[in-house]
Amino acid sequence: MSEILVKNGYVYDPKNGVNGDVMDIAIRDDKIVDAVSPTAKVIDASGKVVMAGGIDIHAHIAGPKVNVGRNMRPEDKLFNTSKRGKMTRSGGGFSVPSVFETGYVYSRMGYTQANEAAMPPLLARHTHEEMADTPLIDQSAYTLLGNNWLVMEYIKRGEKDKLNAFVAWMLHATKGYCVKLVNPGGSEAWGWGMNCVNISDPVPYFDVMPSEIISGLAEANEALNLPTSIHLHANNLGHPGNYQTTLDSIKLLEGVLPRDGKIRDQVINFAHMQFHSYGGTTWKDFETEAQPIADSINKNKNMTVDVGFVTLDETTTMTADGPMEYYLHNTNHLKWANADIELETAAGVVPYIYSPKISVCGIQWAIGLELALLIDDPMQAFITTDHPNAGPFRRYPRIISWLMSNQARLDRLETLHKVVPDRVAIGGISRVFDFYDIAKMTRAGPARALGLGDMKGHLGVGADADVAIYNYNPKTMDPTTDPAGIEKTFKNTAYTIKGGDIVVIDGEVVSKGNKRTIWVDATNGSMDPAVLDDIEKKFVRFYSVTMNNYPVQDEYVARGLVVKPEVA
Amino acid sequence: MQQGRKVSRRMTSSDPVLTANLITGRTIEQGVAIEGWKDKQEYIDAAGFVHIDPSDFKTLNVWPGSSVLVKSEYGEVVVRAIKSPYGPHPGIVFIPMGPWANQVVNPDTTTTGMPSFKGIMVTITPAPGKKVLGAIELIKMTTQGGVEV
Amino acid sequence: MRTATDVVCPFCGTLCDDIEVDVDDAEKICATRNACIIGDNKFMTAQAPDRHLHPRIRRGGELVESTMDEAINKAAEILVNAKHPLLYGWSSTHCEAQEAGMALAEGVGGTMDNTSVCCHGPSVLAIHTVGISSCTLGEIINRADIVLYWGCNPVNAHPRHMSRYSLYKRGFFTERGKSDRTEIVIDVRRTETAQKADIFLQPEQGRDYELMNALRVAFRGGPLPESVAGIPRAEIEKVAQMLKDGRFGILFFGMGLTMTRGKHRNIDIAISLTADLNTYTKFLIMAMRGHYNVAGADQVSLWECGFPYAVDFARGFPRYNPGESSATDILARKEADAALIIAADPGAHFPIDMVRTLASIPMIAIDPHVTPTTEIASVHIPSAIVGIEDAGSAYRMDNVPIRMRKVVEPPEGVLTDQEIIERIHRRVMELQGLEVPEVTAVKEPAEALAPSAFDDILQRAT
Ligand code: SF4
Ligand SMILES: [Zn+2]
Repeated sequence: MSEILVKNGYVYDPKNGVNGDVMDIAIRDDKIVDAVSPTAKVIDASGKVVMAGGIDIHAHIAGPKVNVGRNMRPEDKLFNTSKRGKMTRSGGGFSVPSVFETGYVYSRMGYTQANEAAMPPLLARHTHEEMADTPLIDQSAYTLLGNNWLVMEYIKRGEKDKLNAFVAWMLHATKGYCVKLVNPGGSEAWGWGMNCVNISDPVPYFDVMPSEIISGLAEANEALNLPTSIHLHANNLGHPGNYQTTLDSIKLLEGVLPRDGKIRDQVINFAHMQFHSYGGTTWKDFETEAQPIADSINKNKNMTVDVGFVTLDETTTMTADGPMEYYLHNTNHLKWANADIELETAAGVVPYIYSPKISVCGIQWAIGLELALLIDDPMQAFITTDHPNAGPFRRYPRIISWLMSNQARLDRLETLHKVVPDRVAIGGISRVFDFYDIAKMTRAGPARALGLGDMKGHLGVGADADVAIYNYNPKTMDPTTDPAGIEKTFKNTAYTIKGGDIVVIDGEVVSKGNKRTIWVDATNGSMDPAVLDDIEKKFVRFYSVTMNNYPVQDEYVARGLVVKPEVA
Repeated sequence: MQQGRKVSRRMTSSDPVLTANLITGRTIEQGVAIEGWKDKQEYIDAAGFVHIDPSDFKTLNVWPGSSVLVKSEYGEVVVRAIKSPYGPHPGIVFIPMGPWANQVVNPDTTTTGMPSFKGIMVTITPAPGKKVLGAIELIKMTTQGGVEV
Repeated sequence: MRTATDVVCPFCGTLCDDIEVDVDDAEKICATRNACIIGDNKFMTAQAPDRHLHPRIRRGGELVESTMDEAINKAAEILVNAKHPLLYGWSSTHCEAQEAGMALAEGVGGTMDNTSVCCHGPSVLAIHTVGISSCTLGEIINRADIVLYWGCNPVNAHPRHMSRYSLYKRGFFTERGKSDRTEIVIDVRRTETAQKADIFLQPEQGRDYELMNALRVAFRGGPLPESVAGIPRAEIEKVAQMLKDGRFGILFFGMGLTMTRGKHRNIDIAISLTADLNTYTKFLIMAMRGHYNVAGADQVSLWECGFPYAVDFARGFPRYNPGESSATDILARKEADAALIIAADPGAHFPIDMVRTLASIPMIAIDPHVTPTTEIASVHIPSAIVGIEDAGSAYRMDNVPIRMRKVVEPPEGVLTDQEIIERIHRRVMELQGLEVPEVTAVKEPAEALAPSAFDDILQRAT
């Protein structure tokens, strides 16, 4: 038994309504408890900010396309390699770090969980190998289902029960956590070099519309009572004027409620909404449409977004949206990787330089911030960069500094291309977030959206003992005038505790940790034989591996935590 | 080191000599032989030969299956001469990848890490009475043979 | 007798996963089905009576049998005493062993390199330059109507490739199999692969780059000379048009391009040519990776240190510069002062000049069989055969990960690659005066709290 007492910190714990009160947090083994014995190890947190461990709801940090990014960009390591240490392995990469580096950087920022946002089912084993090798942080991976042939066939034929059973089988086979849709229908169309730009564009041959795939999978998701909602990377990402497609997508699930409102409020999480809030008709008249998108989210309490802030860095874009990456390659003419996955999905990787000198990049930067600031409830908008697409996750501290200081934003705006202020609204938004809001956007919010709100993202009794302690005195220091201080604070914790184990002290990794892989088993222990038949037919005739070699074996989730939804 | 496209050294006019461009590569027999047969005759049969275009065989004036000496700027090796079933490819000869081929390939990686396993200028002459060595014998004979620690 | 099904063949990058293996009551492998002749041979020779089962250490000019502990200890001493050890091979073993190797290489400050260096290393260099547009092999099964093999010979090197994936197999949009596809082969010899092709072009050796350049010009309707690389203009224009007119094309390439003059530049332009074609149609490209898990060696190295092969840990962080940090060049420059060779046979497959260096330095060879490498080693530790006697991950040529199965137990006393590497590493740490972590089970059982976890959440929510 090990015990820790975090004493006298300024605690920010939105789930439990604690807003900066001075409190002690008691930890026994891997849980937060009421009280500990006098022999507990004491951490003096006086004059420091205490929050639950951070949760990244959407990042590309493990798996095939991440490795494509690493392979394609040796230059990403040029000034970014780190030596091995007593507790740490060497590694490197700025926008696409090696797995060890990923675990260390997150932990140093006070994060204790990060979720891989796109796992191609056929290559799930790869994603799990990388996650198992990523130290310190808990992880899960989102199973890509939005372009799956059987999904489209069941939806086309209206076979809802079969769709439900198939989704459960796929989550189990891939040891996935969530139903993820990326450019639904569009990535299948990309198999022929085509795309589905609008949600009413029929998928070639399969003859379903993206809108039907979205609604169909959302319904299956609720029927299975999965812990989190569907996560949607909507169609038409990254194109001027695409906010209309986004509004159409939002409309699809207006008024639909989650099956179990106790676990979560949303039926859909819109991934990297920044990329979907674009106005104008071309890059020439490109402008923000964050306002109508934010209005719409404010109206629909059953939806959440992760923002996908642009950080104005050189980075590596990677997505299962194959046609988008090809388009991007034709726009910036940098190297292009593509990886189509049989019967399931696609992927592309292209380096991208978000230059502050380029008007489009500046406008994108503003749109992310506007979205976050215009959405009323921070429990509906989460901090992400769609790492590494809009910027690397290591920039979260900088994003937080922008969100907490209007001055910081105005200062940055001034350095951008001269047309930017006219095309964006950020200059007129004076709202600033406080630590309580930040805790919602990085802890309580993502945890609840993931259906893990009782285990993660808070500091109440019974929660996982994931705690971040930051060197910042909110009583004597002012984040609105001190963006540099905020960035420094959130970059390196005083302490990060993960599962009751102290993993970081003063920005230095001191433990090998106890990471876990979280996945969902919604099969209820049985499978409709007719669905198994359908699956088997696909394997016998169209897959390049056998059905028996497809599911991810238990060995890959040896440190697994299985979530089994209750089905009424 | 220099690139492999060099004129072969001069031979006395009476020697039949074939100057050719050597490529190396896989064969299915070589694939079979490298799993468990490298210390056996099977490996010699599978990789200790050179495929020569039927038209070039005339120049060489030897029976198919007889020993020839393949020489390059980088070394020499005795292998069996075989009529290539994959012709016509006059001027090109082929030795399966393996220790025989590697006696004569161009080790220069031109700073890519990859040695030049294809496109090496060689001369081929008859080597009557010369035996094709076994893989391990060949490596032991052409290196120091390992060190003791 | 029993039959193991869905067995994965541990030989070539085709990584067939439909093999059936019969094992008799004495646990002897007695037959296989579905494998090609190479794969079948690998299974059937695995338990050959003359297989070497004991570690050997060189004494008095001969390799003499030793205990496992002696061999492990000697291996660790060699690595610890070296200034610049080379750890090379890794392609015929599973990813778990490769991960153990990465940790060892970092621990001894050595250079970690795999057989990419002499197969598709140039392809990797090209990917650094221009990326790569590719897919999994099932995409070819279901969609490809133009199949172009350039400088590769699957009939010999990947015997089941054409029947399983790329040519004969009937797929969803290619329900007539071969008759729905056009096969184009470009090679300097009329290989068995070429003999069956619909179109065969035989360029002059070493001129592939020029021919590809000519095709790119032809796509754009630009002017061409009478002939390029020995191929007449009309022929080039005809093929260019065919490539553009297909619905879904794929270019498979092999060492005919990577080993030929130009090396990575040949691949660079092959990838660029493919990218060009996407203006007109869908066209992708794939490297025909040789060893069954050489792709996995690249993958593991990438996710652990950010670089695919030829990684030098001498300074405590990964440095990558193929041509300098590659095994071949290190040996050619005689820089390595010790080597550990595993799951590859550079003694047979490196130019003799480099083998001479290997034979002149303390060298550890880990290989199930006797090879030219083991016979010039200072220490030889025979290992279990991955995919037959040990399970673990391997990555197919299209980077699809498949778990290799264990069909039979390894011979008594024979350790797996992973165990050998981990034991050497632990001994290395002892010699380095480091604290050696407790041995934990390689595979931990799933957490006991797992099944009730979600009920738990629900309860706490109320
Ligand atoms: S093609 Fe390759 S993987 Fe398939 S059986 Fe033959 S050797 Fe094995
Ligand atoms: Zn994403």
